[in-house]
Amino acid sequence: MSDAAVNCAGVWKFYGDYPALRNISFEVPAGRCLALIGRNGAGKTTLLRILAGFSRPGKGDIRILGNSPRETATRHRIGFLGHGISIYDELSALENLRLYARLYNLAQPEKSAMEWLERTGLVHVKDSLVREFSRGMRQRLAVARAFLHGPTVMLLDEPFTALDDRAIALLQSLLADALSRGSTIVMSTHQLREALELATDVVLIQRGTVAHHGPRTPEMLADAGWLYRQYGEA
Amino acid sequence: MDFARHVGVIFGKDLHAELRSKEAINASLSFALVILLLFSFAFDPTADETRDIAGGLLWIVFAFAGTLILNRSFVRELPNDCLDGLIAAPISSAALFLGKALANFVLVLAVELISLPIFGIFYNVRWTQQWWSLLLVMVLATWALTVIGTIFSALTVNLRIRELMLPILVYPIMIPALLGAMEVTGPLIAGKPLEGDLLMGLRLLVGFDIIFTALSVWLVETILVG
Repeated sequence: MSDAAVNCAGVWKFYGDYPALRNISFEVPAGRCLALIGRNGAGKTTLLRILAGFSRPGKGDIRILGNSPRETATRHRIGFLGHGISIYDELSALENLRLYARLYNLAQPEKSAMEWLERTGLVHVKDSLVREFSRGMRQRLAVARAFLHGPTVMLLDEPFTALDDRAIALLQSLLADALSRGSTIVMSTHQLREALELATDVVLIQRGTVAHHGPRTPEMLADAGWLYRQYGEA
Repeated sequence: MDFARHVGVIFGKDLHAELRSKEAINASLSFALVILLLFSFAFDPTADETRDIAGGLLWIVFAFAGTLILNRSFVRELPNDCLDGLIAAPISSAALFLGKALANFVLVLAVELISLPIFGIFYNVRWTQQWWSLLLVMVLATWALTVIGTIFSALTVNLRIRELMLPILVYPIMIPALLGAMEVTGPLIAGKPLEGDLLMGLRLLVGFDIIFTALSVWLVETILVG
């Protein structure tokens, strides 16, 4: 068995008879950042949801840090930031983070929650209900929720979409910090420039298959659309 | 130990969120009271007739009113994809299910306990004669309703017509438990002690609770994750 942080081996996913993912295989070594790119409907979100353990593959095997993503010990080490913010509108910012801190068995839920509220600049509204928050504040709270338990594998689905400048800067600094501490990141994105600045490797998904898998090159950084053009997607 | 703590965290979260919004409990309580009031106008029953219909009437009202709470159980997790946050968290699906079922149980039982004295007033019934036995039956039958309702709430949460599907799925499966509860509740309200034939209905409720709680705990991971 490979010692890669993320191992995806021959993964298929069917919706009815339609194969949304077709024999996807790749590995992400620990401490690397993989940008998962592709057009809408290519299968990026489906793949990330399988990696995060939200659904099971029809065929193939997923290993996160050597174990199934559904194992409790594995889920302690995964941080997921998806399209939805996974934050309750009817709870306050502090109540939301305290809830997740308890679910992740953090030793001091209140203290951890307060630390992340300070780090994301939300401590002054800690007791306000999330439904009263602006979109940017909600997004920063979602980032805090995803990083709260100190995950070593981050799975991010379109993390920069709809973020305001402050939230983008916060997320980029947190991701850079996580990488420097040896964490592994897999992120799907359409915002190629922001993603490629962080990425060490790139996977291009086309119609549910891996069209390209390799290190990020200077060409990609200089011209974000370069890889798409190489594979006939202008 | 972690399991019990996680059940408690989910239970507390659901109860706290519901008591803050009061969406489901207000709807359920209003529905129960209106139906009890309408039936009292429609039938104007004598004491003997009330004794005959009390079990059936109460459990039909409780089942219908309870579904309004149960419908919200997993729907509450849909805004902002909160269900993803719970599935991603390192808690077992069984703990998630039991936490939600317990919160639903408390809410449905609260509606029933408020409705019962109102029933006594509208129908001129002294329902307190066998109070502790009646409470035991209510606890057992309410747990049956909440276990079935919570698991089917998880199953139907992503359907567009979930409000319609939940009762269609829940009531047929609930028939044995509802029959048991109806059979025992009427005589208890009439003041008969819980003994003899009435114990059969109680055993049916206990068996139903054990079987469907075990089945739900076993199946919930498959229902949530596939």
